[in-house]
Amino acid sequence: MRDFMTSQFGVSAVLAFVVLIVLLGVVAYCIYFERKISAWIQDRCGPNRVGPWGLLQPIADGIKFLVKEDVVPNHVDKPLFIFAPAAIFLTAFIGFAAIPWGGQLELDGRLVDIQVANPDIGLLYILGVGSMSVYGAVLGGWASNNKYSLYGAIRATAQMLSYEIPMGLCILVVVLTMGTLRLEEITLQQTGYWAEWIPQWNVFLHPLAFAILFITALAESNRTPFDLSEAEQELVGGYHTEYSALKFGMFFLAEYAHMITASAFIAVLFLGGWHLPGVPWTQPEATQWYAVLAKIGVLSTKIILFLFVMMWIRWTLPRLRFDQLMRLAWKGLIPITLALFVLAAALLFFDLQRSPLLALSGNLAILVVALIAASSSRLRVTGRQVNLPTIATTTDFVRVGRVETPL
Amino acid sequence: MIPETDILRIDQPELTASERLYLPQIVEGMKTTLRHLGKNLFKNTFTVQYPEQKRDLRLQNYRGVHRLNRDEQGRVACVACYMCSTACPAHCIHIEASESPWPDREKYPAKFDIDELRCIYCGMCEEACPVDAIELTPQFDLVGRTREEMILDKEELLAVFDQTAAMKPRKNPHVTGYAGTGSRSQEPPAGVSAQ
Repeated sequence: MRDFMTSQFGVSAVLAFVVLIVLLGVVAYCIYFERKISAWIQDRCGPNRVGPWGLLQPIADGIKFLVKEDVVPNHVDKPLFIFAPAAIFLTAFIGFAAIPWGGQLELDGRLVDIQVANPDIGLLYILGVGSMSVYGAVLGGWASNNKYSLYGAIRATAQMLSYEIPMGLCILVVVLTMGTLRLEEITLQQTGYWAEWIPQWNVFLHPLAFAILFITALAESNRTPFDLSEAEQELVGGYHTEYSALKFGMFFLAEYAHMITASAFIAVLFLGGWHLPGVPWTQPEATQWYAVLAKIGVLSTKIILFLFVMMWIRWTLPRLRFDQLMRLAWKGLIPITLALFVLAAALLFFDLQRSPLLALSGNLAILVVALIAASSSRLRVTGRQVNLPTIATTTDFVRVGRVETPL
Repeated sequence: MIPETDILRIDQPELTASERLYLPQIVEGMKTTLRHLGKNLFKNTFTVQYPEQKRDLRLQNYRGVHRLNRDEQGRVACVACYMCSTACPAHCIHIEASESPWPDREKYPAKFDIDELRCIYCGMCEEACPVDAIELTPQFDLVGRTREEMILDKEELLAVFDQTAAMKPRKNPHVTGYAGTGSRSQEPPAGVSAQ
């Protein structure tokens, strides 16, 4: 038994269970902090009635979701309607399997990975599972048999398709630089130093790719300013309009789980995962149990930072209009990431992919070109394409002193 | 046909280079929200934690639940003149007058009901009353389980006076009634100051 528990399989099984339970709790508290941060930003207090500082609010919310009436409307496609929240919940949570949480642990003289699975294609696995999350939204919207829900689902699909391209290109930049798809290996390769103290994190090689990956992660997890698929003001509630009780709760939790996966993913790809320069416990050689805990703490801190920035953005920026969303992806992010990809490929060709100065100056050059191109664009504020025929100009509407009667 | 002089032509302002980029604007917005977040993280200065804290109401002006005032002898001050129910825009005051058992006035209200659910708390009754018998109090947390419970009768309205008299004393305690003359321009009784 002890032999089984200390084997990689046993550790993975325990870890899968623990990660799932912990994440469910963390996701619930994400909702609490989302409400708190929104309240602080808007000069309010936020939940403060249930428990000290309202800390028991997620538990009260959970009980509420459980005991509420679970309405399944008559007009829905019942099997799909029930399957959709399960699909989005499942795809949001299985992505965690490939995240390297804490390096390696020494157990009974053997080294085991603190990672549920360490496949050769860990990066592709997360990417694939992440794109599957759109299934839940689409199935929910379609099964609801409601035009607003369907609109939300259609928007979600188009958005995911568009933003997966720059996301994939950003990840390709990392893959070209690191030469591996194994997430643990990507973390390990970032634990070196330049000039003795600057960690060899990918963010210092390709900061532009890092920023764009973060933007696409916002879009992929349907967060403001890219939350068009659940735009309350236009679509009642988007693809989960018809859902209630725990089914709605699952959609809600899945959104936060998705945010956490995306944050962990970006932290591993660009911020060195569990590595923190100068702390001996977070170096790859440290394999004691306390070192593993320290590494998990470092990665969690990076994830929390990302979550905070996502929430901060949500309560600051207004939602993009659909054509602006598409323009940003196809005319903005994709050309920039293509240029980055060419840069990374060229550096790889000359075997200079780890040269920070060349990579940084290349990123800077692409950024400057992009900024100049964007600021010299003469598109109208309304975003209307210039080559389309004019429907009306402002002067057609502004009439002073009389009300026009229809002919 | 609209004459050219009636048309105001407005051109859309041209965006500057930084406005076309949106990025400086986004940074400004993020700074603003972060400032608010930092300020409220430790101390929120705006919110009143209602059941524990209560706002200082303007006791003389607040228009809450009505009360029927008592005069110095503890009798209902109302003289059943129907001025308030006439002035009421919501028709929520129902009075039944009857002959007064006291020598200083002709009528008194046998019944005096206010439907607090119909009332719009405009204060017209208070302004109309010739003897300052009906007043609105700062009490705002009136609740009930049924609609019938929310119709306050004479005794309940007098009870509201008993509860709120200390917080908001009657405006003109010397005005007691017509005293048979129909005039209210009499001198206050001895011992009661004009204030």
